[in-house]
Amino acid sequence: MTIAVRVIACLDVSAGRVVKGVNFLDLRDAGDPVELARKYYEQGADEITFLDVTATVDERATMYDVVRATAEQVFIPLTVGGGVRTADDVARLQAHGADKIGVNSAAIARPELLSEIADRFGAQALVLSLDVKRSGGRFVVTTHGGRTETDLDALEWAREAIERGAGELLVNSIDADGTKRGFDLELITAMREISSVPVIASGGAGALGHFAPAIAAGADAVLAASVFHNGELTVGEIKHALHESGMIVR
Amino acid sequence: MINPSVVILDYGSGNVHSAAKALELAGARVVLSADRSVAEAADGLVVPGVGAFEAVARQLASVRGGAIVEKRLTGSRPVLGICVGMQVLFEHGVERGNDTPGLGEWPGVVTELDAPILPHMGWNTVETPEDTHLFAGIRDERFYFVHSYAAQEWTLEVHDPFPQPKITWARHGGRFIAAVENGPLTATQFHPEKSGDAGIRLLKNWLETL
Repeated sequence: MTIAVRVIACLDVSAGRVVKGVNFLDLRDAGDPVELARKYYEQGADEITFLDVTATVDERATMYDVVRATAEQVFIPLTVGGGVRTADDVARLQAHGADKIGVNSAAIARPELLSEIADRFGAQALVLSLDVKRSGGRFVVTTHGGRTETDLDALEWAREAIERGAGELLVNSIDADGTKRGFDLELITAMREISSVPVIASGGAGALGHFAPAIAAGADAVLAASVFHNGELTVGEIKHALHESGMIVR
Repeated sequence: MINPSVVILDYGSGNVHSAAKALELAGARVVLSADRSVAEAADGLVVPGVGAFEAVARQLASVRGGAIVEKRLTGSRPVLGICVGMQVLFEHGVERGNDTPGLGEWPGVVTELDAPILPHMGWNTVETPEDTHLFAGIRDERFYFVHSYAAQEWTLEVHDPFPQPKITWARHGGRFIAAVENGPLTATQFHPEKSGDAGIRLLKNWLETL
């Protein structure tokens, strides 16, 4: 395998601003999304992911402007997730400069959405985003940023989503998210075992030593947010640490 | 040529916005158009493409894209195909058992890669020929790929006085064609407009040939 491990910088965007919080709660302002995306691009990020955490239609329109402005100056893949309900939403985001689209709760409510998007835009443009929590000895899917548990088994749901056309899994551990104690390695390994598509590990990154174990556990890419926004780590430092651990990086 | 004009063929392919901005950064004056005379008159034509081979071929046909490409190549006027915009230059593509004719500029078929993890998504190295112009100064760089299908054999035989096509390969599972430099017809399976500084340099190298 000659392909490089990807380091993805994630920005949660609300009303045109980057926000950060623990377990999706207690959101605080972290800066301008376009400026931050550009900064991480210059640091060597392999992809940028925007998660639209806004609730209103007006704020959604602001998100389109953010995507367009970013795509004009950041020449790496741009994924946008949050609030995508229809294939037409995907068309609109792509027209504004998004390469890949993350789908989460709308696909849980109506799984056919996945094949509708994949048939029209290709599996390579469709990321299934999962917020996963440990419950009763298994991994279950949650919604509303982890606050609502479903009875959906995360591994079964991922398998079904891949069959329906998801081209990548963004696996976010709600248990690890915000703890800065490292990724949920068992979750990553379990996902790798059932997945024929790339797996992105998300949730829990807090130190340089956390990234290589996630790759060793089976992730194709690692995603982090607050460690970048807080200035604790740079993309370059993470790549250096991965390289030192024998991983291939760009 | 200083600030050559480039038309991105605007036939409904997703996300051509960043391709336009990347080409501008590389030094081109860029117009999005599906107008035949505009597309034929530009110094360079870019054929983008994402998604399914069948959908791209159908959308391309709706703006008579094949005739535009053919007319330009007859006059030795440069064309650059990107991703599925490269794939449709071959004779046909087979996706999920669905066999679709391409533009047939090159013999061969586009098929699914034989790899444990698909799509092939991320930054990969390329194996360039010695005399490449497209990769001048960036032969050791990585480029961003996102696809499950590719042409995996090059079968076109070219005889003197025509120059030999320059084929660049990449590997994911097996070996596949990552780029072709064939006279006025150039193509990349990866996305130069999403490949950071290396991608901008590649677009500059292409613009130099206009």
